Amino acid sequence: MFGTTLLLAFREIRRHLLRSFLTTLGIIIGVAAVITMVTLGNGVSKSVEDQISSLGTNVLMVFPTRGDRSGTPRQFKSSDIEAIRTQIAGVKTVAGQVSQSVTAIHNGQNWATTVNGANDTFLVARNMELSSGRIFSDTEQEAGKSVCIIGSKVQSNIFQADTSPLGQRMRLDTVSCTVIGVLKERGQGGGGQDQDNMVVMPLKTVQRRFTGSPDIQTIVVAYDGQYDSTSIQNQLVKLLRDRRHLSDAAENDFNIIDTAQITAAVTGSLSVITAFLAAVAAISLIVGGVGIMNIMLVSVTERTREIGIRLAIGALAREVRMQFLTEAVVLCCLGGMVGMVLALGLSLAITSAAKVPFAFDPMINIVAFGFSALIGVVFGYFPAQRAAALDPIEALRHE
Amino acid sequence: MTDAPLIRLSGITKTFGKGTAAFQALKGVDLDIMRGDFMAVMGPSGSGKSTTMNILGCLDIPTSGTFTFRDVPVQSLNRDQRSLLRRQYLGFVFQGFNLLARTSALENVELPLLYRGESKAARREAAMAALDKVGLAPWATHTPAELSGGQQQRVAIARAIVTNPDVLLADEPTGNLDTERSVEIMELLTDLNRNSGITILLVTHEPEMAAFAHTVVHFRDGLVERIERNHRPGQPVDGVAPPDVVVEGKD
Ligand SMILES: Nc1ncnc2c1ncn2[C@@H]1O[C@H](COP(=O)(O)OP(=O)(O)OP(=O)(O)O)[C@@H](O)[C@H]1O
Ligand SMILES: [Mg+2]
Repeated sequence: MFGTTLLLAFREIRRHLLRSFLTTLGIIIGVAAVITMVTLGNGVSKSVEDQISSLGTNVLMVFPTRGDRSGTPRQFKSSDIEAIRTQIAGVKTVAGQVSQSVTAIHNGQNWATTVNGANDTFLVARNMELSSGRIFSDTEQEAGKSVCIIGSKVQSNIFQADTSPLGQRMRLDTVSCTVIGVLKERGQGGGGQDQDNMVVMPLKTVQRRFTGSPDIQTIVVAYDGQYDSTSIQNQLVKLLRDRRHLSDAAENDFNIIDTAQITAAVTGSLSVITAFLAAVAAISLIVGGVGIMNIMLVSVTERTREIGIRLAIGALAREVRMQFLTEAVVLCCLGGMVGMVLALGLSLAITSAAKVPFAFDPMINIVAFGFSALIGVVFGYFPAQRAAALDPIEALRHE
Repeated sequence: MTDAPLIRLSGITKTFGKGTAAFQALKGVDLDIMRGDFMAVMGPSGSGKSTTMNILGCLDIPTSGTFTFRDVPVQSLNRDQRSLLRRQYLGFVFQGFNLLARTSALENVELPLLYRGESKAARREAAMAALDKVGLAPWATHTPAELSGGQQQRVAIARAIVTNPDVLLADEPTGNLDTERSVEIMELLTDLNRNSGITILLVTHEPEMAAFAHTVVHFRDGLVERIERNHRPGQPVDGVAPPDVVVEGKD
């Protein structure tokens, strides 16, 4: 009997193709909206995650802060780096870093950028790769030679496109340097710094020629993933408080940031936004259900005579109810399928236009489809019940 | 007449509405119908013919009285039980044909078998046989809109007999047809009655059509007025009652 009910439902839908399509439009749009929202949300989360993890995974960054004092924050010393490396278990590399805003000049072109003074461990810790050229040699780092590695934006803004910048000289404010490498392009990073708009020079060079002090602004600690981030952070705090002679009552005058924690926080809030948008889209799905109910009620009135014939011929009330319910559910399921296909097309188009990764989520497809079927049951029941309760004599007399 | 009747109505009343608006359409109908009978029901408009047919067709239940069909007291059955009775033993033909629109003749005829849960092959075969019986096999794929009134009514008859019912109920089946088409339908019903043994109950206003029946029941004001036995059924007469019609007195 269920097979024939299904057959009857498909027959009826085929008979009123345009009306069926218009009826399900609400469901189609609802399902497509929900799936597209979630797919895009996942894509954005993924892209943000990728960018944050480009800062390096299992990396802690330590910045000086004011703490209890007023005035400029106290910077770190080279010996702090040595102490961290030797006294904390699980630390793979520790790199000091200083940076300063500068104007890069070449061939009459000016470009505002940031110079980062760091050792080659900086590149390793932040997963940076070169698109051409080489990294600093040990002698260049130890001697504080005037060599630099430039980001792709710096290259494109002051060097001509058709010539390699390698080996060419450029000026950073008043300091001149030789380009020995170019960084791979990587897009906007977390922490506000454009990872393509920077120049990297050996730490010593920047300390000597730009900041004029042996102090260090940022310490980047890369640790072994088998160790617990919190425990390493605790050891770091203890060590640095000790070395900076803070009394027990004093606040920390430095701040430790774990990139993994940033990732978790950002993707967490993104998933809240995604859920919210999906919920808004789900409301349109419910509105679509009301549309289905509306048309099914019209259809019951329009087909009163048909229902009368079926009842007179010996159809049971529950068979008539089943017929109309099946029709509503089949309509909703068809709408759900079309919506899924539409969502696939939409998400592919939008993600490729917005340069966001396409994160297909089978779960949300299943959920949205199941929800549309559920809507068919809920909103189809009332009209179906009404059809089943018709009196055959009255129904047959209906004009 | 030693056999028990297939259908027995006794003391059937039917009241529509309640209170002051109540209207008694049937006021105590007694009627026995034997298996194999071909009965025509006549009477003025509003005399209760359709009301009686609806009760006989198990579509409606009497307000009081008993209706026994195949020894089953139908008046005490519920909606679904009556549906099953219709599905199993009854066939309906209506004045307005009542075929499903935009549905082929074959699919219309298959409909009752669908509710009996018969297989596709069995449905097709029985429906084709029924269409063949009413002479419409070549029109199987046509929809009602593509058929004449007479043809539509024959499809409806095919649908009513496809389940081999005990009884075929027809409320003014020729009401929408011209005389020639009507006679064709009556001949078809006569044939079904004679050769397939189907008991036929027919409501008609036209004496020419009633003349095809074996028994003619006259209704007036919600009561059976008189019952005639036609000993030469199927011989339409020109306005005059045939001489060999016996009138049974009935108060
Ligand atoms: N559902 C109903 N509600 C109220 N009154 C009804 C209902 N059905 C029938 N009646 C009344 O019952 C009486 C008998 O109706 P019925 O349809 O049986 O007459 P009929 O003999 O078939 O007439 P016709 O020859 O015009 O078809 C009529 O007066 C009619 O108005
Ligand atoms: Mg009538």
